[in-house]
Amino acid sequence: MDRSAAFDQVREAAVEVLHVDASAVTEDARFKEDLDADSLALIEFVMALEERFDISVPEEELDGVTKVGQALDLVMAKLAASA
Amino acid sequence: MSAGAARGTATEDRAGHERLVAITGMGVKTPVGLDLASFWDGLCSGRSAGGPITAFDTSAHPVTFACEVGADFDVEAYISAKEAAHLDRVTQLGYAAAADAIADAGELGADPARIAVVAGTGVGGLLTLEAQIENFVLKGAMRVSPFLVPMMMSNATAAFIAIRYGFTGPNFSVVTACAAGSNALGEAARLIRAGDADVVIAGGSEASIAPVGLAAFNRMGALSRRKDDPAHASRPFDKDRDGFVMGEGAGFVVLERWDRAVARGARIRGAIAGYGRNTDAHHITAPSPGGEGAVRCMQLALEDAGLTPADIGHVNAHGTSTPLNDASEAEAVVKVFGGSAPPISSVKGATGHLIGAAGAVEAIASVLAMEHASVFPTANHEELDPALAAIDVVSGAPRSLAPAPALSNSFGFGGHNASLVLVPGPGS
Repeated sequence: MDRSAAFDQVREAAVEVLHVDASAVTEDARFKEDLDADSLALIEFVMALEERFDISVPEEELDGVTKVGQALDLVMAKLAASA
Repeated sequence: MSAGAARGTATEDRAGHERLVAITGMGVKTPVGLDLASFWDGLCSGRSAGGPITAFDTSAHPVTFACEVGADFDVEAYISAKEAAHLDRVTQLGYAAAADAIADAGELGADPARIAVVAGTGVGGLLTLEAQIENFVLKGAMRVSPFLVPMMMSNATAAFIAIRYGFTGPNFSVVTACAAGSNALGEAARLIRAGDADVVIAGGSEASIAPVGLAAFNRMGALSRRKDDPAHASRPFDKDRDGFVMGEGAGFVVLERWDRAVARGARIRGAIAGYGRNTDAHHITAPSPGGEGAVRCMQLALEDAGLTPADIGHVNAHGTSTPLNDASEAEAVVKVFGGSAPPISSVKGATGHLIGAAGAVEAIASVLAMEHASVFPTANHEELDPALAAIDVVSGAPRSLAPAPALSNSFGFGGHNASLVLVPGPGS
């Protein structure tokens, strides 16, 4: 899956789980400040990504993930590792 | 002059506090009405909300019916879809009822630090818990929602009301099964009497019509099995009753210190004059023999109100429609009031059993009865069970009754008993 297709999936997950407009979901969007996602919502969001991409993201790998683009990086790395 | 003084009773309780706690706002979300007017009309119609469960597939269940709040309840009239997604139905219903009560009370003008919230529930966020257990079993530990705990915990409703309104006073949940709603109002009144708060948002909510919840209450033998005729299944004190019907919903009131309610020109709809609570210390589900715990509880409430049994005009029964509860309560009422017990009704014929919301919803029904100078009938009550102590059950149609103090009972699994004495407001 290329990055653009993966981003579409990430955006869909954000709309569904974080209840935000698709237009608000950009790679630069910050979870807390821009998408009103607290730490629990972020965990729920990552859970949705795990299901969509059939990947597993250990909690410690979420340290420092504050933007959508970083979450996408994580997804791409997991997809590459499992390819 | 307070209503208590008007009736010639002392205006102070045993601790020297003003006895009356004003009720200045009320809100309900029930199977027979989502606002006060439709709730009252629903009670007076004598119809029951019992019907087939629509929320989930009941084909594997021996009991397939309940009293649901239904699709007319629109939580997004109160909170955003995003907020609702992280609140169990028990909190959605409770918050909506509380918001209605707060709106009904008008401008409170109180210091937020002096506004408390006391919210009762029997079970808490059961729908959330059941859904997440399914996730755990089917998908594993890492698929359990991080929101399970804040959605399930019984104090979530009290917390969310405070968060939304910024009320920073005392805040807690009361968890005494079927007595929780009455205990919540009573403990809230105590906060005001003791000077710990000027205003308390108090009530109860319940949303435990869930697959495992339904199965569990049925396995206790507590539920009516009248699946062919659910509209007539909840029939308190009737000779053909065979168990309670699960209900869901919420009721909240705004309680205020009497003098501040008067000073701000609030519409005082009624007042809590007395509160009794005790415990059977007998059995985890069965009432104590002869209804002894209930007898003492009603007496405590009357003593706290400074009233005698003869002052009470109406008994709003716990009246669950189970063989055992109704027999025990009828016996207890006759023991307290003697042969001249006032008319008695049960809300549960209409609404089913709202568990931890029941006492709060029923206290509101009592205040509405005073405002209408009329008591509601007990839906589905056709013939008093001859095995019961002789009580005067209001049935069929509302009965005119001059406004007078009312006693509202709640008796919970665990042996928890709570009785409230409610008195009419100055306008009734």
